[in-house]
Amino acid sequence: MPIVTLTHFEASLFLALMISVVLGVTGRKTDRERLIYGAKCFGYFLAAIFGLGWLMYFGHG
Amino acid sequence: MAKKPKKKREPIPPIRLWGHVVALAWLIPGGGHLLLKRRGRAAILGAAVTITFLFGLFMRGAMFEPKTGDLLTTVIHVGGFLGDLASGSLYLLATLLGYAQPDVAGHAHDYGTKFLVAAGLMNILAMVDAFEIAVGRKD
Repeated sequence: MPIVTLTHFEASLFLALMISVVLGVTGRKTDRERLIYGAKCFGYFLAAIFGLGWLMYFGHG
Repeated sequence: MAKKPKKKREPIPPIRLWGHVVALAWLIPGGGHLLLKRRGRAAILGAAVTITFLFGLFMRGAMFEPKTGDLLTTVIHVGGFLGDLASGSLYLLATLLGYAQPDVAGHAHDYGTKFLVAAGLMNILAMVDAFEIAVGRKD
C-alpha cells in the first residue's frame, strides 16, 4: 500500500475541498445552487484556514 | 405575550420507502443515489467519500475502537468508531483485509485518522440526502 505524506496545509486544503463537494451536492436543490454553495463553503474553509493560521502565528509571538 | 404555535413533527415515512436506499447508501458510498437514478450525484459522492477514505489509509490513519471510560474517552472513541463504521463497505473491507494501524504520533497519521472519520461523516450526509430523495422531500 502506498504511503502518502501531506503537509498541514495540503491536508487541510484536501479535506476542505472534499467536504465542500459533499456539502454542495447534498445541501441544495438545483445544480447552479449546488455549485455556488460548494464554492461558498470552500471559501469559508479557506478563510478559516488562513485566519486561524495567522492567529496562531501571532499568538506564538 | 402570545405563545409560539408548536411545530408539528413530520411523521416518519414507512421504512419500505427508504430502508433499502439508506442501507445501500451506507454500504456503498453513492449507492443510494445510484438506486434512485441520480447517477451524477452518486458518482461525485462515491468518489469524494472513497478518495478521502483511501487517503486516510495511505496516510496510515488509525481506526477507532469503541472504548469506554471517562466521558471524553467515551465520546472520542465511540464517536470515532461510529464515524469509521459509517463508511460502510470501505471500513468493513479494510478491517477484514487486516488493516490495523496502531495510533502513533505524527501529523500525517493524525490527519489520516481524521480523514477516515471524515469519510464516514460525509457518507452520513449522503445517506440523509438519499433518504430525503427516497421519501419525496427533495428532488
